[in-house]
Amino acid sequence: MKRKDFLYLTGMGFGATMLSRIPVFGSPVQHNGILNGADTTLKKKMADVALNAARSKGATYTDVRIGRYLNQYVITRENKVENLVDTESFGMGIRVIANGCWGFAATDKLDDDSIAKAAAMAVAIAKENSRIQAEPVQLVPQKGYGEVSWKTPIEKNGFEVPMKEKTDLLLSVNDAAMKGGANYVNSIIFLVNEQKYFASTEGSYIDQDIHRIWPTFAITKIDDKTGNFETRQSLSAPRGMGYEYLEPRESDKLHGVTTRYRDRYDMLEDAKAGAPQVAEKIKAKSVEAGKYDLVLDPSHLWLTIHESVGHPSELDRVLGYEANFAGTSFLTLDKWKSGKFNFGSKNVNIVADKTQPGSLGAVGYDDEGVEAKKWDIIKDGILVNYQAIRDQAHIIGLKESQGCCYADSWSDVQFQRMPNVSLQPGKDPLSVDDMIKNVEKGIYIIGDSSFSIDQQRYNFQFSGQLYYEIKNGKIVGMLNDVAYQSNTQEFWNSCAAVCDKRDYRLGGSFFDGKGQPEQVSAVSHGSATSLFKGVNVINTKRKI
Amino acid sequence: MAVLTEEECRTLLKKALSYSKANECEVSISGSDGGNLRYARNTVSTSGSISQTSMVISSAYGKKLGIVTTNEYSDTAIEKAVRQSEELAGFAPENPEFVSFLGPQTYAPPSKAFDQATADITPKFRTDKVSETLQVAKNNKLIAAGYLQNSAGFSAMMNSHGLFAYNTSTDASFSITLRSEDGTGSGYSTKDFNEVSKLDTLAFTKIAAQKATASKGAKAIEPGKYTVILEPAAGIVLLEQLYGGLDARSADEGRSFLSKPGGKTKLGEKLVDERINIYSDPSNPELPTASWTGDGRPQEKTSWIEKGVLKNLQYSRYWAQKQGVKAVPSPDGVIMDGTNATLEELIKGTEKGILVTRLWYIRPVDPQTLLYTGLTRDGTFYIENGQIKFPIKNMRFNESPVIMLNNLDALGKPERAVSGESFSSAMIPPMRIRDFTFTSLSDAV
Repeated sequence: MKRKDFLYLTGMGFGATMLSRIPVFGSPVQHNGILNGADTTLKKKMADVALNAARSKGATYTDVRIGRYLNQYVITRENKVENLVDTESFGMGIRVIANGCWGFAATDKLDDDSIAKAAAMAVAIAKENSRIQAEPVQLVPQKGYGEVSWKTPIEKNGFEVPMKEKTDLLLSVNDAAMKGGANYVNSIIFLVNEQKYFASTEGSYIDQDIHRIWPTFAITKIDDKTGNFETRQSLSAPRGMGYEYLEPRESDKLHGVTTRYRDRYDMLEDAKAGAPQVAEKIKAKSVEAGKYDLVLDPSHLWLTIHESVGHPSELDRVLGYEANFAGTSFLTLDKWKSGKFNFGSKNVNIVADKTQPGSLGAVGYDDEGVEAKKWDIIKDGILVNYQAIRDQAHIIGLKESQGCCYADSWSDVQFQRMPNVSLQPGKDPLSVDDMIKNVEKGIYIIGDSSFSIDQQRYNFQFSGQLYYEIKNGKIVGMLNDVAYQSNTQEFWNSCAAVCDKRDYRLGGSFFDGKGQPEQVSAVSHGSATSLFKGVNVINTKRKI
Repeated sequence: MAVLTEEECRTLLKKALSYSKANECEVSISGSDGGNLRYARNTVSTSGSISQTSMVISSAYGKKLGIVTTNEYSDTAIEKAVRQSEELAGFAPENPEFVSFLGPQTYAPPSKAFDQATADITPKFRTDKVSETLQVAKNNKLIAAGYLQNSAGFSAMMNSHGLFAYNTSTDASFSITLRSEDGTGSGYSTKDFNEVSKLDTLAFTKIAAQKATASKGAKAIEPGKYTVILEPAAGIVLLEQLYGGLDARSADEGRSFLSKPGGKTKLGEKLVDERINIYSDPSNPELPTASWTGDGRPQEKTSWIEKGVLKNLQYSRYWAQKQGVKAVPSPDGVIMDGTNATLEELIKGTEKGILVTRLWYIRPVDPQTLLYTGLTRDGTFYIENGQIKFPIKNMRFNESPVIMLNNLDALGKPERAVSGESFSSAMIPPMRIRDFTFTSLSDAV
């Protein structure tokens, strides 16, 4: 499901435009037996049919992904449960190399004959395309793991939690928001389970069971006299966790101007806080455009990291593979080779990590059978590495893939996708309160909202959910109509401080879009609250 | 399973309904066969073939609804899926907004959305077309990245109240970005048609090549308010935020750019310049679409903005019932009227302005004013005294399509354009707009 379709389905987009040709209810699912997954013996047999068929047609490499992708949406507004939706998609994608060229075919008919036909089609496409191939595909060596498995270490499977428990929680959230003065409230719990089986001619047969959860809400308030309206969205994060994420724990709360959450989310408490905040937001002072020091909470900063660090360090963008759609990157190979490219200040240390517990990108193995790993991208402000997969690794002299290959379903071909990319917390003790004390003229931004960046990742603009004005080291009130614009390198070089690990939290997205046909990917970004000096802020208020 | 005929669909759907014991049952089936070729760095990158179908079964008891899908079509498998949807309806809570399925409808004759030659495209055809494109790139010392795809699909629905609908369509689309070898110039072109015979990939490649070469050595100009000419591929990404945002419920609820204080809306009021006419027509031969919607409503020719006045809003069936109005579905096959002026004539009539090839990364900033931000990309040029003078660096804008259409200066001849953001198509004229708001410069090429 694409981001815009999700917004449409859930009503979370409000006044925003929702163009969609999808059926509103998606493709719901059969309940019986889906949680058990298909037998690995059966999946291995199906995979071998594909591997053998492709080999017999002339493939020199083949991988097969048999996927059952389950989603559940519990969708409410005010005092109504609007939709309970279960969707399922089951099928097989076969990727081959023949005549040195990639080919791919996908089918949802999984009898031996249909699998063999799809394998033959993938090989035929590869051979046809080899006519226009400049150089043969080079795969960096990868050992086979034999028969292995991996599961997201969840404590409580959200799909198995009784539906009433989920609807009761959301209705109580809505009730709290309405009692707090909201005009409207939408809330949702979104669950994902990817049951993926991977097999390749390298000798791997990998069975994985991956879980994700995203509870979120949006509270809307309208000023009857002026007709002005505002929303305040949830401060939750989508996570690679089970339903335990929704079981509040005091030790995971960070109290302050509003409560923020680490690894457990108190949805009811956040809604109670949100209702008066949205009323305050309507009446808040409209920001005066100019330069401000920005104190950015992790619930906001994750998206700036995603767009301005995660995407430009994707090797496929650097090389030009995304030039026609998502774009290229200003982090060109010469900058990396120099070993001196000053991406940010010395406070900026960015790590890629496919193993981080509770993150959206955590897996045992990627979608081309490479074990998950962790590495530096920006070290003490200097660009030191990218994100690569098997057919790119040789270009930057790597002896092995970094395990960043992913496809959003069995029906789409896997390609390079972003791992979790996170700003490391500061080494010296620093709290948010101490950071704010040293700001003369600034804005403290919590939560994410509007985001946009150019196709080479230089110029960006971001907004948030809550803006607090800082004057002479103190928060003096709420602001509105804030957006900041900057240039990536300039912005990260203005990073004057990063709070310590006590403040480190994950944000993330279910809907990172890239590729043609477009695919989505789920990815987390961690950070601690950080200070950026002298950033350009614009006022977004207009009249129509 | 290839594209099913109307009779094959009718037989399959009848069979599914024959198993139903619910008060109401609705079954739909859809599927597609397609292929694609993606290329970059003047060589093929990924490509593929995808074939898939899905049957959706919705069973309702009163206001309790259960829905399941299956992609197995044996008698046993279909009956099992029907039983499961009935069981699920038993678990579902009452949905006060549930509206009974529609009875038999009268639809306009199917438009010519399906083209056999497009359905018959082979991998060889795609490779041959891309091969021509790569030759243009090499001849012009440019680096090509692009995407060519085709698909043939069908959809059908039937319910226990006697409704039946069937549709087929094909689609062939092409997009290309050509960049200079030194990375200082970039040009873009994209098109999408139901009939592959209209998809002149070579001609579109040459347009992108010309823009790539001409955009080298771009100069920076100060951000601010400028007259712009938005080519259709640029204009559509802002216009679709307007005609895709005509939802009655959010307007009635007070949380739309179409809301007014006191629960009123701007329906019937002048919203934009009086030269603006926007309507949808599924039977337009240049943009044929289905004559029915996913919930079985007829998709009729509908005026949305007429002489600048907001004429219609789109309603869910529930909201229309509650408000006591016709349930007008959301627009499909959107057409914006223009004039007979060519893009070149619009440029000739421009004293000072900016020609925009493409707008990118469009995101909402303020739903109250429909304010959006984004950037120019892949071919931005300064116009002076009716001529393109020099390429300029890309810029970020913050602008509302409502403000933009109030600042209308001139319209050209509409043509079929495809959005690089939503991938939806519409008939859009090139537009000359005064005082378009650019807020910062970008170094991106």
